Amino acid sequence: MAEAVAHTISVNGQLEPLDGAGSVGDLLDRMSLREKRIAVERNGEIVPRSVFDQTALAPGDRLEIVIAVGGG
Amino acid sequence: MNAPFEKALTDPLVIGGQPFASRLLVGTGKYRSLDETARALDASGAEIVTVAIRRTPLAGTNGEPGLLDVLPAGRYTLLPNSAGCYTADDAVRTLRLARELLDGHDLVKLEVLGDPKSLYPNMPETLRAAETLIRDGFRVMVYCSDDPIQARVLESMGCVAIMPLASLIGSGMGILNPWNIGIILGDARVPVIVDAGIGTASDAAVAMELGCHGVLMNTAIAHARDPVRMAAAMRHGVIAGREAFLAGRMEKLPYRAAASSPQTGLIQ
Repeated sequence: MAEAVAHTISVNGQLEPLDGAGSVGDLLDRMSLREKRIAVERNGEIVPRSVFDQTALAPGDRLEIVIAVGGG
Repeated sequence: MNAPFEKALTDPLVIGGQPFASRLLVGTGKYRSLDETARALDASGAEIVTVAIRRTPLAGTNGEPGLLDVLPAGRYTLLPNSAGCYTADDAVRTLRLARELLDGHDLVKLEVLGDPKSLYPNMPETLRAAETLIRDGFRVMVYCSDDPIQARVLESMGCVAIMPLASLIGSGMGILNPWNIGIILGDARVPVIVDAGIGTASDAAVAMELGCHGVLMNTAIAHARDPVRMAAAMRHGVIAGREAFLAGRMEKLPYRAAASSPQTGLIQ
């Protein structure tokens, strides 16, 4: 169990394997999201687009990846 | 300014230093399709349109277009909201994400809810969030109760528009307390925009006749039988109400008629 947790991160509330993703940029590439109009928060802090590739991921990180949707 | 503003506006709505020709602000939720959303927005003549910020589906979108893909680039001023947030912290986080998503765009609609049934604003949390956002450089348009004192506090904090509800979000009940809106208008030096509760075009006209500087609505258009047609109706309603307000209505004479035709020269 500890082993599983050690290699996962939470993305939009869902546990995802790190699977070698070293940075936020790696993860976005894997999810085909890099070219989308998104914004990313890591552990409660905004990750600016300009530093996606420099922002390292660590086990246990909590990521939020958001888009704009219809709303009032 | 962009191309649409080449001509000087005769009666602009100025929000946070930015002039707009249309006084109708519309939401983008609850439409049957993105195509219908785009057509209704077009028919409304609105320049400011609200969007919500939500988690992206992790399963991917199969290349399906998203909201931002169907809105003509540069045509609208997007107004991201913090709808669905119940704490100041969540609202601030959401709007910071929105600013990042929209490349530094700092005009936002702050909304902190207090109750899922009424969607009534939680004013203490709203004030807290407004303070943080303004300190952080945002231009805050704020959804609030129709309490004149709360409105005054929000304005003194630096909110760029005060947006009291006319009635509950999505209720279509119209302006329940025009007198409170009137008190808020009497004090305010920033635009007062009625946000939530509009049901039909006459509600929008009434808001504008009261002296409101604009009207924000979503469901009244999206849930009309013909949303595109209702969007056009709202456009006219807002213009009619604004013109009537500027024209100055006649005095009311409840107990005495006043003939419009000459009372002399009748045939004998």
